[in-house]
Amino acid sequence: MSRLRRMMPGRAGAFWIALFGITWLLSRYSWDLYKVFDARWIIKYPAAYQLPVESRISAFMQWLVEEAHFGLFSFRDLTRFIASVIELPYDFARNMLIDGFSAGLGNQAVDIGPSLSWIAIVVMVTALGHYVRDWKLAALVGGCFAYLAVFGQWDSAMVTLASVLIAVPIGSVGGLLLGVLAFRVPAFEAVIRPVLDLMQTVPVFAYLVPILFLFGFGPVAALVATIIYAMPPMVRVTIIALKGVPGEIRDVGVMVGCTRRQLMWKVLIPTAMPTLMVGVNQVIMLTLNMVIIASMIGAGGLGFDVLSALRRLDIGGGIEAGVAIVVMAIALDRLSQAFATRVAEDRTVDPDLNIVQRHPWSATVLIVTVVTFLMSTRLPGVQSFPEAATISTGTFWSDLMGYINVHFFDAFEAVKTAFLNYLLLPIKRFFTGIPWAWGIVLVTLIGWRVGGIGLAVLGGVLTALIVAVGLWDKAMITVYLCGTAVLVATVIGVPMGILAGQNDTANRVIGSLIDTLQTLPSFVYLIPVVMLFRVGDFSAMIAVVLYAMAPAVRYAAHGIRSVDPQLIEAGMVSGCTPRQLLWRIRLPMAFPELLLGLNQTIMLALSMLVITALVGTRDLGQEVYIALTKANSGQGIVAGLAVAFIAIIADRILTAATRNARRNMGLEA
Amino acid sequence: MEKPILLDCRDVWKIYGARADDLYKSHGSRLTAEDLAAHGLIGAVRAVNVRIRQGEIFVIMGLSGSGKSTLVRCLSRLIEPTGGEILFEGRNLLSMTDREMIEIRRRKMGMVFQHFALLPHLTVLQNAAFPLEVQGVPRAEREARAREVIELVGLKGREAHFPRQLSGGQQQRVGIARSLAVEPDLWFLDEPFSALDPLIRREMQDEFLRLQGLLQKTIVFITHDFDEAIRLADRIAVMKDGAIVQVATPEELILSPATAYVEEFTRHIPRAKVLSLRSVMTPGAPSGDTAGDLPVTERIESVAERIEASDLPYRVLSEAGEVVGFVGRQAVIDVLIGRKAAR
Repeated sequence: MSRLRRMMPGRAGAFWIALFGITWLLSRYSWDLYKVFDARWIIKYPAAYQLPVESRISAFMQWLVEEAHFGLFSFRDLTRFIASVIELPYDFARNMLIDGFSAGLGNQAVDIGPSLSWIAIVVMVTALGHYVRDWKLAALVGGCFAYLAVFGQWDSAMVTLASVLIAVPIGSVGGLLLGVLAFRVPAFEAVIRPVLDLMQTVPVFAYLVPILFLFGFGPVAALVATIIYAMPPMVRVTIIALKGVPGEIRDVGVMVGCTRRQLMWKVLIPTAMPTLMVGVNQVIMLTLNMVIIASMIGAGGLGFDVLSALRRLDIGGGIEAGVAIVVMAIALDRLSQAFATRVAEDRTVDPDLNIVQRHPWSATVLIVTVVTFLMSTRLPGVQSFPEAATISTGTFWSDLMGYINVHFFDAFEAVKTAFLNYLLLPIKRFFTGIPWAWGIVLVTLIGWRVGGIGLAVLGGVLTALIVAVGLWDKAMITVYLCGTAVLVATVIGVPMGILAGQNDTANRVIGSLIDTLQTLPSFVYLIPVVMLFRVGDFSAMIAVVLYAMAPAVRYAAHGIRSVDPQLIEAGMVSGCTPRQLLWRIRLPMAFPELLLGLNQTIMLALSMLVITALVGTRDLGQEVYIALTKANSGQGIVAGLAVAFIAIIADRILTAATRNARRNMGLEA
Repeated sequence: MEKPILLDCRDVWKIYGARADDLYKSHGSRLTAEDLAAHGLIGAVRAVNVRIRQGEIFVIMGLSGSGKSTLVRCLSRLIEPTGGEILFEGRNLLSMTDREMIEIRRRKMGMVFQHFALLPHLTVLQNAAFPLEVQGVPRAEREARAREVIELVGLKGREAHFPRQLSGGQQQRVGIARSLAVEPDLWFLDEPFSALDPLIRREMQDEFLRLQGLLQKTIVFITHDFDEAIRLADRIAVMKDGAIVQVATPEELILSPATAYVEEFTRHIPRAKVLSLRSVMTPGAPSGDTAGDLPVTERIESVAERIEASDLPYRVLSEAGEVVGFVGRQAVIDVLIGRKAAR
């Protein structure tokens, strides 16, 4: 802390201390103020002045669905059209993977052909693993899918996989095209950039509500939500990748006489391909994450299993499905990462070989598929993994949890109570006590101090909007939960990052741990937490910490690692002890990077927070969740935007602070 | 006797900054450095006039920030100049449509880049064939041509490699092969050897001279290395702050630098490598006995030992075989030790 203060002039320190002091006093005595002046408005924003945004939005959505007409077709026709475009390939993928093909409807349905057998699919992914990397990856991926079959999660997993298979191409190609357009037409980029920024901060639940309203409950609505969720990063990556192509490569394209189209598709995009593949990997992971969450609006599959298990508090079932999600996430992540980093080899094929020898994998897959197809009518075990042979881990997990709860209940309870009493509750009292009027002033002042007049206005206006729609109290609970979780995540994550930044072994261990944590869909974090700590703020906090810790670790490690080695050498030559090197050179130099990590942690925490509404928090997330169950678009969008506003305020302030820090250190002009 | 002009660059300007076009329109080419500074603009290329003749190696030499890269990009219209005319085979490039420009680049221009700019996803063969692919030349035909140029630059056998598997020098050979695949009339080389190690650079310069001996292209060669310029150029244009300070042959540059700036560059150049007998001989026929005959274009470096070893002077003969002067030991020694009297 002292070091932090040394980086700012003394007067600035006084400003922050005074600001905190006033806030604390107002928060502590707001109730008394209200009593003394008999002015209830101090603690509660008057309902009479509340902006009727919620009802307006709801009315608008109603109008959109029932009356909106664009000449030739109505809005309803448009949504139906989109739905059918998505539904067709989705049904095909589902039939292919699990349901099998049939003609007719209901009882008259006649089976035409079975789906791919589980053996064929396992062989297929194994082949894919070998094709993109090596035997190790093939074994991993094949093992993951075999696990799904053996442990009885096959059907749900295939439903989830079908969604992923549809959403990923649409999301990637759509994102690519939008990105190309933004790259070519600067005006379009100017329009799309703020939209992307907003999309990144609006919590996922918030757009489930209007989509539910437009498309109705079912897999299509879930897919639409998934695509909307997964596409923005691809747009962003595309723009960055295209801009990152060296000027000379562009010049080459022009000099050899490329047309505009040739320049884009033959020069720029192939050159940017490695970066673009990173974007596709992101799309895959986000898709998987969202497909799980979207089970709330009818996605089915593994997500639905987790959700219903959570609702029934079925410990074993929840963990079983959760592990299946993890297994699938790991398989998809490694596979797509291998695709992204795959380097083309010299393909010198011996022309004497016949077609099977030249394409051993394609041939194997084909043969296995055909053989299992033929055998499936005789041997049902070939078609779908024999039920008798599946291993259910549900009981094991239930017993384990039971055992833990019986033997360690007191310990867990003590930890939980301690956290609640000494950390969560005081912070909660502090934040919820802040009078709304001072809240607006406070954010404005911070904005002004850190980023000047523009940021002050932005912060003040956004805060005032949150107040004006009557969500101040819930927003403060959100800030408290998020703030606490970020604090804990930073306290745990930054030292881990510093360790990883200085020690290669630690880096490997921590790195793979963080990688795995980041692969998991956010839903999964809820399961063990709820099992151990039941519902409530503490569980929510733990889940958020687990989900949001990764950037704190990553950025700290990266910051420490990217300190100019000459500075370290200079420090060593001056006789610094390792401790002094860390405190006097590495940490101060890594400070801007730490702030960036903090920023990312806050963003992740906010997005996770909304999901923790499922475990019974009373914040904005709960507001969205309620809206979702009531299909109230207005409520959902308003609450979602409120979360987005908090995220934007935090992001802008921290970005400005990072810039200040970098400028102070002469890293940036 | 002089070769025809292939590229004629007339009063070309490139000004960067807000409202640069307006200022250029109101002042035209009378703009001074002070005008630009007063408006906060940067004159990356200022009033450049150069004429590049068929078959010559025209080197544009300048330090970083002198505008040489901008100029060559203006000549190839990779950058749109603010004003001026660029006549290529008599037609103004700047008034051509995009379509016409594409056609000219496809058939008549080639360019080599400082950082090679090879397409990472294509093999050596595919990279070299890329300009032809863009034109829609059938695969067999373009690959045959690509193999020819790859062999020409000495990379035969590496056709299936990817750029990342090659060394810097080899990568630039691919860049050269690619730029030659369409048999361009005008060949731009933008600091092609600057990113290479000194030894490789030397080797590549020799390779370049060998190729030029075979192909006789018209070449615009950009470099910041005066030694390289001297070694390769038929004529050199020295650039400073966006303007051309002097255009001359290497020999003229050394003998009569136009400004102190140019002289600064020439100071450390070993004169014997640049000067020919023409610059050091005493005109007129020798009075007494001579040791033998030498052609007037011979560089001093290559004959110094012979002249120095002989007590008698040598006769200097013109291209037509007439005696135009004589040269003795003293003149050569003056040049070798860099004495000013060598002029």
